[in-house]
Amino acid sequence: MATLKLDHIVKEFDGAEVIKGVDLIVEDREFVVFVGPSGCGKSTLLRMIAGLESVSDGDILIDGKKVNQIGPAQRDLAMVFQSYALYPHMTVANNMGFSMRLAGVPKADRDARVREAARILKLEELLDRKPGALSGGQRQRVAIGRAIVRNPGIFLFDEPLSNLDAALRVQMRIELARLHNELEATMIYVTHDQVEAMTMADKIVVLQGGVVEQVGSPMALYHHPRNRFVAGFIGSPTMNFTEVEVTETSPAGVQVTLPGGDSRLIPVESGNCQRGERLTLGVRPEHLTIEDNGPMGGTVTVIERLGGATSLYIATEDGEWVVMADGEVQKRVNNAVRFGFDPGRAHLFMENGDALPSLNRHPLVNIERRENRIDTMDQQ
Amino acid sequence: MQRRASGRTVGGMRALLLQAPAVSLLLVWMLIPLGMTLWFSFQRYNLLNPMISGFAGWNNYTFLLTDPALWIAIGNTLLMVCWVLGITVIGGVLLAVLFHQEFFGRGIARLLVISPFFIMPTVSALVWKNMMMHPVNGIFAWLFKLAGLQPIDWFSSYPLTSIVIIVSWEWLPFALLILLTAIQSLDDDQIEAARMDGAGPLAIFWFITLPHLKRAISVVVMIEMIFLLTIFAEIFVTTSGGPGLASTTLAYLIYLRALLDFNIGIASAGGVIAIILANLVAIFLIRTVARNLET
Repeated sequence: MATLKLDHIVKEFDGAEVIKGVDLIVEDREFVVFVGPSGCGKSTLLRMIAGLESVSDGDILIDGKKVNQIGPAQRDLAMVFQSYALYPHMTVANNMGFSMRLAGVPKADRDARVREAARILKLEELLDRKPGALSGGQRQRVAIGRAIVRNPGIFLFDEPLSNLDAALRVQMRIELARLHNELEATMIYVTHDQVEAMTMADKIVVLQGGVVEQVGSPMALYHHPRNRFVAGFIGSPTMNFTEVEVTETSPAGVQVTLPGGDSRLIPVESGNCQRGERLTLGVRPEHLTIEDNGPMGGTVTVIERLGGATSLYIATEDGEWVVMADGEVQKRVNNAVRFGFDPGRAHLFMENGDALPSLNRHPLVNIERRENRIDTMDQQ
Repeated sequence: MQRRASGRTVGGMRALLLQAPAVSLLLVWMLIPLGMTLWFSFQRYNLLNPMISGFAGWNNYTFLLTDPALWIAIGNTLLMVCWVLGITVIGGVLLAVLFHQEFFGRGIARLLVISPFFIMPTVSALVWKNMMMHPVNGIFAWLFKLAGLQPIDWFSSYPLTSIVIIVSWEWLPFALLILLTAIQSLDDDQIEAARMDGAGPLAIFWFITLPHLKRAISVVVMIEMIFLLTIFAEIFVTTSGGPGLASTTLAYLIYLRALLDFNIGIASAGGVIAIILANLVAIFLIRTVARNLET
């Protein structure tokens, strides 16, 4: 239980800035996910919060107290590493109790807390084993257990699930969400996997090149990306982009000409857009629909059938478009198709990449994920 | 074809046939010298006097075992091996930790620190004898004189200590080399996890680094042991086992008996005793070390 504030954090390595002034507030008991492409600085930022990397400029405040000069062990946080970083020569119990042993906690207390953590993580049977004798998922749980016994204010996770296979990853994701509920702890989680980010986060921080691109709830990021990078990064398959020309602006939105020549009124704030200005239109594959007389068309080059849904890769005069259609779609490769979209779900981006804000806020944007999760827990 | 637990394919006459030449060559290579040593150890066999011959029974052994020189030599051998092992392992671990740190000129320093291992024992013994430990011209003597102290005549005052110093100097680089590679394989995440758990540098060394090095230390002890039991050139060049028997090890004693006294029979008996000693040590070592290697 703790809050964290980053006040214009900068990190330089040999003169090169890798974190370029990050401001962020993490509320108590919040699950915050840092997400971004590799090399965006998300792990560095986490390691700076942990105290494993020094801060070049700016302040880190935990519960309002500046901790820049405080060592990692005294910051009241615990970290789970991507490689788990278990001590191979110690048993599971000793791994989990190591921090308390160093702190001089009496053995009886130590054992009690280790057993409690083992109970939460269902590790009771494995306490006398060494990490070498555990499976990947079990090691992951031990690593989490090592964090739990310290009862930290903030949990830090550095891509903890990336070494697990897909099925286990889904399972651990649910387990982490359950843990977050149970422990009522603040958690900061780094990942490059947007599914993990979307499913677990209360708040997602999208980073790129050491800069925060957008902070917001998963649904806010999905429905109202602040710029073209966030729009392209969140969502899979990635958003389709094309250049369009503004034909008219009005309070109801911006009228643009599509590549095929049709025009559509996109309900976004026109700001200071001018007639004739070139903008980028973005539409998610799942918001495109196959329509026999749609405004755009092309030839199907690849079809990916997932059963429930089908991705169609369509070569148009304007480049490749991806359409996420129904699983029952009858199209085949080399078929000609036409497709269209609901203008209310399209996005417009200015030349500098910033999005024109949508006129209608999506109703799901402000939903609390925590309520969400309790629903899903009940279903299980 | 059967499969063993290890996954290797075994069995079949053809496989045996193909293995036979190599295996029998090795066997012959080992068995003939061993057999001859055993044979000679039960013979009256003195090169100075061909008239003395014939079966000696246990005489060679009783002579040796009642000879105080043997026990002194065994004692010296164990003393030397233990001290050198202690110095090289402890020094090697500390140096490995030191050389694992980033510092200016680390590449050159690593090269220099490993170089003693490449100098042949005779040469390094000579260098130590004439340049370092010489009571008049040696660097130690010069340093002592600088400090206003009486120079030590190393080889007559502390013969076994001098040998231990020289041999340790030769073998420290070996220990360092093995331990340094081992320490480099230590996962940085583990150290960072320990730091998050509140471990200081000493705790990290004790709880993380040292256990990680356990296996490498076992290897160093095992390999060094094999070579240290047979140390000869260093003693031959510097003290010649003296003064008296103060720096005579078992290997050197066998040489003394065989080639100074020309008594092949007794030398062979000494050889057999050396084999038994080496095997005792080896069994003891493998028992303890093998447990470390398992996990």
